[in-house]
Order: sequence, then structure tokens, then C-alpha cells
Amino acid sequence: MTREIERVAGIPVVQIATIVPIMLTVGTNRIVPGVAIPHPTGDPAQGPEGDKKIRREIVMRAFRALTTPIDEQTIFEK
Amino acid sequence: MTYRIVHYINQFYAGIGGEEKADYAPEVREGVVGPGMQIQKLLENDAVVVGTVICGDGFYGENTEEARAKCLEMIAALKPDAFVAGPAFNAGRYGFACGDIAAAVGEKLGIPTVTAMYHENPGVELFSKKTYIVATGDSARAMGQALPAMTKLLHKLVMKEEMGPARLEGYIHRGMRKSFFHEKSGAERAVDMLLAKLRGEPYRTEYEMPVFNKIPPAPPVKDLKKAKIALISSGGIVPKGNPDHIRVSSAESYGAYDISKLEDMTPENYESIHGGYDREWANIDPDVVLPLDVMRELEAEGVFAKIHPVFYTTTGTGTAVAHAERFGQEIGELLKNAEVDAAILTST
Repeated sequence: MTREIERVAGIPVVQIATIVPIMLTVGTNRIVPGVAIPHPTGDPAQGPEGDKKIRREIVMRAFRALTTPIDEQTIFEK
Repeated sequence: MTYRIVHYINQFYAGIGGEEKADYAPEVREGVVGPGMQIQKLLENDAVVVGTVICGDGFYGENTEEARAKCLEMIAALKPDAFVAGPAFNAGRYGFACGDIAAAVGEKLGIPTVTAMYHENPGVELFSKKTYIVATGDSARAMGQALPAMTKLLHKLVMKEEMGPARLEGYIHRGMRKSFFHEKSGAERAVDMLLAKLRGEPYRTEYEMPVFNKIPPAPPVKDLKKAKIALISSGGIVPKGNPDHIRVSSAESYGAYDISKLEDMTPENYESIHGGYDREWANIDPDVVLPLDVMRELEAEGVFAKIHPVFYTTTGTGTAVAHAERFGQEIGELLKNAEVDAAILTST
């Protein structure tokens, strides 16, 4: 889905998910690893504030992925 | 009863000419032409090749709709019980024409169709699900093996004999799976496979993994401050009550929802229906799957311009690759028309 959106729309699509090898296999170009499968963009164990802090950090990393020129599939770690 | 067969070939195999005659318009001739002679011989008395439709490869490739319509008309007029095209070996345009016309005949006339080509011919990827494609060598040197193989399959189809799996019948996998009872349970078969693998013996998977395409990365967003960003998810996040009945797994649809007035996802307005992960946290706060609250804050801070008003969502578990690709193509088209600059897609 990610790959086809990027191909058809001609815009960068960053995928946030936890199982990085699957994203590599299906052809996602901009990859941000998520926190965990059931909560990729948050960590409820950290309490409401910690949860939101992590979410903001991940979204900022997604922005970094969207604004970075790349030549091949790239994983944006911390 | 003698069944009626129509054969399709290009200008080259009809003896009309090579590349200089590739613009040859569709023509129909009575009986067999070129490789059809051998097909007729192999069919013996069960079926007769009543006519041959000929079209230049260039003509078919460049005027596909016109060529398809004309050929279909000629083929339909011959009232065939089955249709055969090629073999095309590794000729790309010929393979495209054979696959395209075979798929069209199968769809419009509702009769069995067979063609044959080399496994790397682009016609395989385009049409292997819509017609039987017999695997051949890469050039006409393989004619001697190709014709008996495709005729055998054609004969089987026209006589309505039961069709076996691709691997045994010699055609290219059509992406279909048939259910049957095996004498050994799945667990026993899996252990047998594992043992064979450990011993370095040959084994064959029962479920081949699909091969995915890769694409060159899109250029980055130039100015984030001016960017309109879309939110998309395959994490099963939907408006509470799942108004469009998106499936909890093996989804065949996606939803499009207006989030322009939504500041935060809460258990009151959104929920997760995904059947492939523990939804406890997502149902307490859907933002842990789709980060709307933080996106709204960053939008207000001016980090980027605007969240696209429509949120696209589905469940990505057991979802067929073909469906997922179609969702992506349709959503991609919508985002393009809406002049969206980038997208964030979350998956679980």
C-alpha cells in the first residue's frame, strides 16, 4: 500500500511500523521503526506524558524521513 | 463432437514479414497458418482449428484497444469452443498481444484460452492470472517442445478434463489454491519439510511468498512548513462503530473519513477493529496507532502547514497483496488530485 501510494501520487510516504523486515520486503522506501506492534506511535507504559513525548519524537523522525533525500530504502533510527 | 479452435499468431509466424511488417492490421484466415499446422496435427480428430487471426506485433502494441476489438470480432465470428495464441517465447510485444487477446477472449466469450511464452516475457506478469500460459524456452528453437505442451493443455481444457496444479500440468501459476484433504496433517508435513531442509534434501514449500516490486524513492518534501500531509493507517483505526464495515482481517476495502474537525482520537470517537493485534491500548487511546493529537500540535506550532482533511484507513492483516496494492493506487490517485505533499502511514 505504501509503495503504491508513493508510486501513483509521486510523493514521499513514510511508514511507521514495528516489523522493519516486512517494510523492507514490501518496498517501503522511508521507514521509521515503531514502538511495538499494538502501539507503534506511543508507549502507554510510560504514562500519558511519556507516551505523548515518545509519539512526538516518532512523528518528528517521520518528518525528518520525509524531508531527507534518499537513493534507496532507508531506516530512520533515533 | 468436433470442437472448434481459433489460433492467434503475429505477422512473423504468418510468413508476412519481420519488423518491417509489424504494423500489419488484424486479418483472419480460414484454417491453419504457420505453427497452427502442428497444433492441428496434435489435436487429431477431437478439435479443428477453424481459423487463424493474424496481427502485427507493433500494431497490437500501439493500437491495443482497436487491435483487441477487431481481433475479438473476428474470433467471435468463428464461434470457437477454445482459443490458443502463440507461442510467443521471449518476444515482449508478441507475448503482450498473446496474453492480452487470450485474456479478452476468456472474459468476453467465456471459453478456455491458452498461450505460451518464456517465463521472463512481460506478458507473464500481466496475464498469468487471466489465461493459461504454458512455460516455454526463450526462442523459436523451443517450438518443438512448446507446441505439444500447449496443445496438450488446450486439449484438456476443450475436453473439459480436470486441470491439475501448475507444476504438474506445465503452465505458469495462476495464483489459485485448491483445497483438498491430505493424508498427513499440516504439522507432520511441516516437520517433514524441516527435516529435509536440515538434511540438505530437496523440499518444496506449500505456500510461496509473493515477490514484491521495489520503486525508486520519491523526492523529499522541500519545505515542510508549506507541506500538506495525509494520515493513513493499516492499523484498523476507524470511527467508532466501523460505519463502513471494514473487515477485521483480509480486508477488501478501506475507509475515507473527514478528520478536519478532529483534534484528538479518543475511545468516544474512534476505535480499532484490527483482528491481528491486541487492541487494548489502541482502544484506550487510538493515537498510539494514528498520532493525530501530536500532529495537531505540530500543525498549530507551524512545523508543517496542514493535515489533509481526509484520513484513509484499513486493516492490514491477512490482506491480499492485490487488494493492498489497489488501495494504495486509489489512495495515491486521490492524494495526487488533492495536491497532498507527503503522507505518514502507520501499520501494526
